[in-house]
Amino acid sequence: MSYLEIKNLYKKYNTHGSELEVLKGIDLEVEQGEIYGIIGFSGAGKSTLARCINRLETCDSGEISVGGTDILALSKKELLKERRKIGMVFQNFNLFDSRTVYKNIAYPLEISNYPKSQIKDRVLETAELVGLTDKLDAYPGGLSGGQKQRVGIARALVNKPELLISDEATSALDPQTTLQILDLLKEINKKSGITILMITHELDAIRYSCDRMAVLEGGKIIEKGSVAGIFNNPKSRTGALFAKVFSEFQNISLTEGAGI
Amino acid sequence: MSLLDSSLWEVIVASFNPEIWKELIKPIGETLYMTAISSAIVLVFGVIIGIFLTTANPDGLIPLKVPYVTAGWLINVLRSLPQMVMIILMVPVARLFFGKSYGTNACIIAISASCIPMYARIVESSLLEIGKGKIEAAKSIGSTNFQIITKVILPETLPGLIRGFTVAVISVISMTALAGMFGAGGIGDIAVRFGYQRFQHDRLFACVYILVILVQVTQGIGNLISNKILKTRNLL
Repeated sequence: MSYLEIKNLYKKYNTHGSELEVLKGIDLEVEQGEIYGIIGFSGAGKSTLARCINRLETCDSGEISVGGTDILALSKKELLKERRKIGMVFQNFNLFDSRTVYKNIAYPLEISNYPKSQIKDRVLETAELVGLTDKLDAYPGGLSGGQKQRVGIARALVNKPELLISDEATSALDPQTTLQILDLLKEINKKSGITILMITHELDAIRYSCDRMAVLEGGKIIEKGSVAGIFNNPKSRTGALFAKVFSEFQNISLTEGAGI
Repeated sequence: MSLLDSSLWEVIVASFNPEIWKELIKPIGETLYMTAISSAIVLVFGVIIGIFLTTANPDGLIPLKVPYVTAGWLINVLRSLPQMVMIILMVPVARLFFGKSYGTNACIIAISASCIPMYARIVESSLLEIGKGKIEAAKSIGSTNFQIITKVILPETLPGLIRGFTVAVISVISMTALAGMFGAGGIGDIAVRFGYQRFQHDRLFACVYILVILVQVTQGIGNLISNKILKTRNLL
C-alpha cells in the first residue's frame, strides 16, 4: 500500500445556485519518501485536491489514506491531531505578521502542548535546517519572499510531519529564489525521508525536484508516471502542451541565459 | 461673560480665567470617570460580541445561522436609536440597577448600550479583514477554533482593533457630554447649564477646549499605539 492513496475523489462547489465539479474521480498513489509532482493549469483543481488531503476542504465522495490512516473517517479531534502530521506550505506564505520568525516556527509546538523546555531546541534545529538562524527575531513583514517561504517551510516541518504538501510554494518567487527553495525541499526530503506532494503550475519546479508526477486537467488526472517519461513522451494534450512549452522555454533560456 | 454684551475676543480671554477652570475640575473628573468606565465596558462586550459575529458568520469558523442573524438584527435595532433616545430608554433599566434614573452611573448604562453595538460592528469588520490564508494555515497546523481566535485572529488584527476602539472612545466622550443634559454631570452639564441656559459663553468655550483636547489626546494615543505595533511588525 502506498503512503498516500487517493481513490475516486469527487468534489463539487455550490456557488450562486450552480454546481461546479472541480474534482472528477481522482486516483493517486504516492510512495513514502518520494517527491511527487502534480501539475495543471489554473482552475484544474490542484489546490482543491491539496486541501482535501488535510480536509481543509470537504470532499463529496472517495477515499483518502495517509500512512494507513483513513482521513475521511477521522473525528474532529482526531483530525486536529492528524493535521499536525501533515505540513502545508502556501503560495502566499500565510505567515503570522504578529509573531517573530521564532514565534512563527514555534506556533505548531505551542498549540500542541509541546513541553516548553523543548520548544526552543526544536525551533532552533528547524531554523538551522532552513537557514534562518540569523533572522529569528525579525518579523515576517521585514523579510524577502524567499526568507518568508523558508519560515513557512520551517513552520510546516517543526512538528516533524511525515507528509509535506507544497501548494504552489515557489509560484510567487523569482527563478533564483525558486531554485533555492526547491533545493531546500530536496535536501529536507533526503535528510528526513519526508514525503512531499508538490503542487504547481511550474514545469521547472517539477522537472527539477520530482521523481514522478501527475497531470491534472479539468478535475481529472489525465496522465501520470515518471517525470522523464511524461516530458519525453507525453500521452495527453496538456502533457504535450507542457512539454512543448518547456522545451521552447529551455531554448529561450539557453539563448538568453535567463531562467533556471 | 456673554457674547450678547461682550466681544468675541473678550469672551475668549475670559474663558481662560482660573476661576472658571477651578469650577471645572469636578466636572472634568466626572467626564473622565464616565468615559473610562463606559469605554472599559464597551471594550469587553464589543470584543466579545464582535468575535461572536465573526465566528458565527456563514463563512466563519463555526457558522450559526439563526444566532448570527438574530444578533445582527438586534445590533441594527440598537444602532438605529439616536443617543438621546437611548438615554431616555435606559432610564427604567438604570432605576432597576442603581435605584435612581439619573446621575453618572445611570448614564454609563445608556452610553454602554449605545456604544457596544457600534464597537461590536467595528470589531467584526476588523476581524473579517484577516487574510483567509492565515486562518487556513492555522487550520492546516491543527489549531482548534479557540486557538485560531486567540492566537491568530486577535493578535493579527490588533492594530485595527485599537484604531476602532479609539473611534468608540471618542463616541463615548461625545455621549458623556449629551448625558450631561440628563443629570449625569460632567462637562456637558456645565455647557448646558451655564453656556446655554445662562449665556455664560466663557464657560461654554472652556468646555469646548476640554472636549477638543480629550478627543485629540484619545485619537493621538490610539494612532501612536497602533502605529507602533505596525512598525514593530515591519508593516508600516
